[in-house]
Amino acid sequence: MPDLGLDILFKGNNFMRLLEGLFVAFKISMISVAISIPLGLVVGTLMTLNNKILKAVFNIYVNIVRIMPQLVLLYIVYFGASRLLDINVSGEVAAVIVFTFWGTAEMGDLVRGAMISIPKHQYESAESLGLVKSQVFAYVIIPQMVRRLIPLSINLITRMIKTTSLVLMIGVVEVLKVAQQIIEANRVSSPNGAFGVYLVVFILYFLVCWSISLFAKYLEKKWR
Amino acid sequence: MAENILKIEGLTKKYSERVLLNNIDLTVKKGEVVVILGPSGCGKSTLLRCINALEPIQGGKIFIDNDEITAKNAHLPLLRQRIGMVFQSYDLFSHLTVMGNILLAPCKVQKRDKKEVMKEAQEWLERVGLGKKANQYPRQLSGGEKQRVAIVRTLCMHPEILLLDEITAALDPEKVHEVLNVVLDLSKDGKTMVIVTHEMRFARAIADRIVFIDDGEIVEESNPEEFFTNPKTDRAKQFLSSFEYSNDKVGAE
Repeated sequence: MPDLGLDILFKGNNFMRLLEGLFVAFKISMISVAISIPLGLVVGTLMTLNNKILKAVFNIYVNIVRIMPQLVLLYIVYFGASRLLDINVSGEVAAVIVFTFWGTAEMGDLVRGAMISIPKHQYESAESLGLVKSQVFAYVIIPQMVRRLIPLSINLITRMIKTTSLVLMIGVVEVLKVAQQIIEANRVSSPNGAFGVYLVVFILYFLVCWSISLFAKYLEKKWR
Repeated sequence: MAENILKIEGLTKKYSERVLLNNIDLTVKKGEVVVILGPSGCGKSTLLRCINALEPIQGGKIFIDNDEITAKNAHLPLLRQRIGMVFQSYDLFSHLTVMGNILLAPCKVQKRDKKEVMKEAQEWLERVGLGKKANQYPRQLSGGEKQRVAIVRTLCMHPEILLLDEITAALDPEKVHEVLNVVLDLSKDGKTMVIVTHEMRFARAIADRIVFIDDGEIVEESNPEEFFTNPKTDRAKQFLSSFEYSNDKVGAE
């Protein structure tokens, strides 16, 4: 059997370090989604008002998010903004800013879709029971929207976790960066280490994203 | 003389240039069951929606008791509590159980005691044959069951008047009965109701008065026996004959 270089993982606390790196990736995406959801709710609600100016602004925004590679956005915020505005953002904060910028656009679009998909009659039957507008939203519309949105936003989380593999480019030590460090440090003693370590990174990403999407499927079924 | 619960004066509803309802006058007394009939698109559902202020109107006044629902400063949520409306598409709240659907408005809007409302709701559910369904979700119910829940949900608000808007139109024929029987039962309790329906036999059985609308106008108003056996206007005759089937096929052979 060829040497896969798996032995490095058991040297020192290498495996723990990988898990810590994974946690950093997880943390960045979770914080970004947590901020994106309320912002997306606001943006999506504004979108349903059918205001032409708001629509145009949102269109430009969404297209910027779609067209720009996330890496370019990360560079703009991390290198560009710190020079221009003379503020020193850490890599992690820059990553959260970029991911939130991205997540808010996607959530806004999802919220808009979810709001449109709730039939007019749900509003009317709630109003005819004497609920005031704020109660209609609080007790009828938003709970139904959230049920539609949660599975979708969980999918956004998994995509963000995958994309965190880019943030090593702005100096954040996440799982992939840790993997590189481990491989570098053991270049002489186990030259085949790259395969084994990246294989483990692959499995880690897989386990996290797979279990999250299983959870999303479960919720989708439960609330159908 | 019984008091008027609903009074409509000169109600006019336009949609851009099209007149949907033209100068409608109608009063409904306490305990009375009024059935509104008419060809589809004649404006009968629109009329019910106007009574509940779900549609803006272009002229006329609508009173519940002596409170004007069409007044500019009318407190709609308060007035709507007194008008129960049931729709064709049931419109239960899909994220709540049957009991949750019923409790929402009495507890959140009327701030009533949850236990008391639950007890009342359970009694109603049993009365309409759904005593065991309180903890199910709308998606687990059949159309007829959903519609009965929608009726109970409205009743638990203790409305002074019930508006039923083609409540059996979306149901399978064999489910129509179970819903209409509930409504018949309510009429025996003396509930005031305004009903829009296409079920002629039901209309005849339940109505104290038939109001026939065509082209946005009240064409005929009479008691059910007279309307169904001896309609006064040609338009009503024509409408009623559209529910009969001629036996052409047999004759041709």
